[in-house]
Amino acid sequence: MMHLSKPVYITAGYHTIFLGSGRKEFHPKKPRPGLDHYIIEAGKGTLAQIKGPEHIDEGVISNFMAARFNRQGNLAAFFPAIDPSLKYKPFTRVEGACGSGGLGVYTAMKSVLSGLSDAVLTIGVEIQNSVKAVYGADFLAGAGYYSGERKAGHAHFFPDKFSERAGACFKKYGQEPIRSAMARWYEQAIKNARKNPKAQEFHNKTDDLYQMGMTPPNPKYFVENLNVFDCSKVTDGASALIVASEEGLKKLGVSKKEAIEVVGYGISVDDLTQTPPDLTKLTTTQKAVEKAYHSSGLKPEDIGFMEVHDCFTITGLLSLEAACIVKQGEAARFVSEHRTAMDGELPVNATGGLIGFGHPTGGTGVRQAADIWQQLTGKAGDCQLKITSQKPFGLMINMGGNDKTVASFIFKPAVA
Amino acid sequence: MTLDDRLQNVAVIGAAGKMGSGIALLLAQEMTLQKLQPGNRDKNFDLVLIDVSDTALKGLLQYLKTQAVKLAEKNIVNLRNLYQERNDLVENAEFIDQFVDDVFLNLRTGTDLGLARDAQMVFEAIVENVDVKESVLKKLNGQCSDTTFYFTNTSSIPIQLIDEKVGLQGRIIGYHFYNPPAVQKLVELISPENINPELQEVALELGKRLRKTLIPANDIAGFIGNGHFMRDGLHALKEVGKLNKEFSLTEAIYILNRVSQDFLIRPMGIFQLIDYVGIDVFQLILKTMNPYFTDEDLHSDLIDQMVEKKVLGGQNPDGSQKNGFLQYEKSRPTGVFDPVSAQYQLFDSGDWQKKLDKKIGDLPEGYMPWRQFLMDPQKDEKLSAYFKKLKGSKSMGTQLALVYQKRSKAIGNQLVSQGVANKPEDVNGVLLNGFYHLYGPINDYI
Repeated sequence: MMHLSKPVYITAGYHTIFLGSGRKEFHPKKPRPGLDHYIIEAGKGTLAQIKGPEHIDEGVISNFMAARFNRQGNLAAFFPAIDPSLKYKPFTRVEGACGSGGLGVYTAMKSVLSGLSDAVLTIGVEIQNSVKAVYGADFLAGAGYYSGERKAGHAHFFPDKFSERAGACFKKYGQEPIRSAMARWYEQAIKNARKNPKAQEFHNKTDDLYQMGMTPPNPKYFVENLNVFDCSKVTDGASALIVASEEGLKKLGVSKKEAIEVVGYGISVDDLTQTPPDLTKLTTTQKAVEKAYHSSGLKPEDIGFMEVHDCFTITGLLSLEAACIVKQGEAARFVSEHRTAMDGELPVNATGGLIGFGHPTGGTGVRQAADIWQQLTGKAGDCQLKITSQKPFGLMINMGGNDKTVASFIFKPAVA
Repeated sequence: MTLDDRLQNVAVIGAAGKMGSGIALLLAQEMTLQKLQPGNRDKNFDLVLIDVSDTALKGLLQYLKTQAVKLAEKNIVNLRNLYQERNDLVENAEFIDQFVDDVFLNLRTGTDLGLARDAQMVFEAIVENVDVKESVLKKLNGQCSDTTFYFTNTSSIPIQLIDEKVGLQGRIIGYHFYNPPAVQKLVELISPENINPELQEVALELGKRLRKTLIPANDIAGFIGNGHFMRDGLHALKEVGKLNKEFSLTEAIYILNRVSQDFLIRPMGIFQLIDYVGIDVFQLILKTMNPYFTDEDLHSDLIDQMVEKKVLGGQNPDGSQKNGFLQYEKSRPTGVFDPVSAQYQLFDSGDWQKKLDKKIGDLPEGYMPWRQFLMDPQKDEKLSAYFKKLKGSKSMGTQLALVYQKRSKAIGNQLVSQGVANKPEDVNGVLLNGFYHLYGPINDYI
């Protein structure tokens, strides 16, 4: 794993509201803002935090399935709609299913490292409420091996894939502790999201979240081992940030206090045509995180907080094991003991994660990086964690498909 | 002949009406699922939908299309299994489209009763008028086989009477769906004394297939549902008359509607419910029932006046609520009818509503809206506590509610003592399942 040849920084994070069922302003039958609206809002939100948009050298946009959700391709050409100064500059669209955002940050980082650009506007977006979930399930199934798996697959393709993982964990570790920890994960996600005004679950008023999380699954209408609360929802949302070099920060007029630095990264991709080697492990995720540790010289115990890809509660648990925070089979206890809560020893997904904040699939990786930027620069509002000088490191895991396309990053404040 | 055999040839008469269209949907779905069973793919399934107007039938097809899509979306997990061997179907959307196509392949529509000649089961959901029912059923009986079974959706006419008039000799049963039939779980099952036992079996089996809660009622006009509803409504109308000494009619209607909805925690106020059913339908049912109950007067002058003024309630073709005792916008009440001026007094014109609410008084402690109670796992305990508070309060609203509930309970008991219902649980079951009440009228709360 290569060490970075020069420092790479992230700054000026921005999120739109993550819209979907649960938000008061969401009405399934009323018209809603479209893809362009989200891209422009997120882009402008980030550009408003720098000296002038003309200092942006290029842009990367992460998106998974606009071609089907919105019947739109050529997303890179939306950049000039954000600001006229962006016209005729180079822009690229990146896709890696729900891992698109992580790949976008990686792509922007490579551009900065190569010296081609000093400041890369990076946007992640997905607008999914354009169709009912039953139809969206097919679009999202494109993150799997479509021609090989879709026909035999379940109506709710991805929930079923992770229901299989939950089932394998039940078998291996006993159903009760895993089931209970999944409900605790849901409870924690919603509690955190209630502090985050942009989160899809910000308005959630359920009294007993744990009991809700323990709702028995209904395989007749959904899947075998998951209830709907185990799943991230259908979300419209976009996030943006800037990936910059030292010179880039200067040109943008951003002080290092307002930036974070990439200290480690790992990208790991597995064969889409193959089934996972072990349903109780996120093998590809583990490879990505190992690379991130290796490139940063850090160990799991150095990590102060995490942003993990909890598209399903079970995935949240397995991420902790893949990141070697706990040994295999021990995530359930770790979560049930509230050690991942905001005031726990290792806060995870302080803004709600995919289940609480929302999961605009192709945009999530950018959202996670922008959230770590907010935490490490003290801009996380009511979700702000106490960042200590002993462990000023935030780890992020962004996963595409069934543990196929994974990006992991470790960040620290740009100034100690 | 088994239910499965009979399900291959079915007719719905009055299919474009509000009840008929729901019944048509339930049958269309069940027949399509039958057709998709492995042994049945070569069999023909024929659902004949008959009504008097081609325009209404086009509306029916549109309704069936929309609803079939919704059903398919909801049951997508099962659909993927049903069409498993179809390699050309991959996406959920393709399975859904295929199911809707298959539903429509079984349908025929028309205005000619002759289309129903091969039907082995005929569902009758036409106007609640015994002479019209007699004439239509006679025509059908003249052309259909003498093994055909008839299911009438009458909500008030004794089945034996229809049987005798038409000469069906036990081949007709009361199969009273609740509105909307596709959603409401309840079917009141009325078996006349001379019923063909095979029809009874088929009717029970069909109820299971359609996932309905069947509650038997005896063959006495109005049965359980309207037996309670008509008298409950008449009580409210009588109370309106009493209050009219102190309040205007509009105000009195408002008060009783609020008391029955909020203080008794029902899904709708009584006048909203009468509007929902249709004021003319309400009148028609009263007229049907009245001759059978010589010691009661099932009649209301106010209802007659409303019908005379052609203020009828009921629903628009798109399902939205028409104005009746109340005015509606998007099916939500926005005002109350003033029978004197024939105008609606709107909630937001002046402060009359606020003043009246003050006179009615606050809701007792422990009140929650109906929907919230419905979802509450401790519903029964909380209701019991609520009614204790209600009994302890002396406000106008609680006093009216108390009298109202006592009358509702007395009606329930009357239905049992008159032999309309076999037991109190059946009365409660009808109100719980057909009217979505939180509690049956025969309870210990009051």
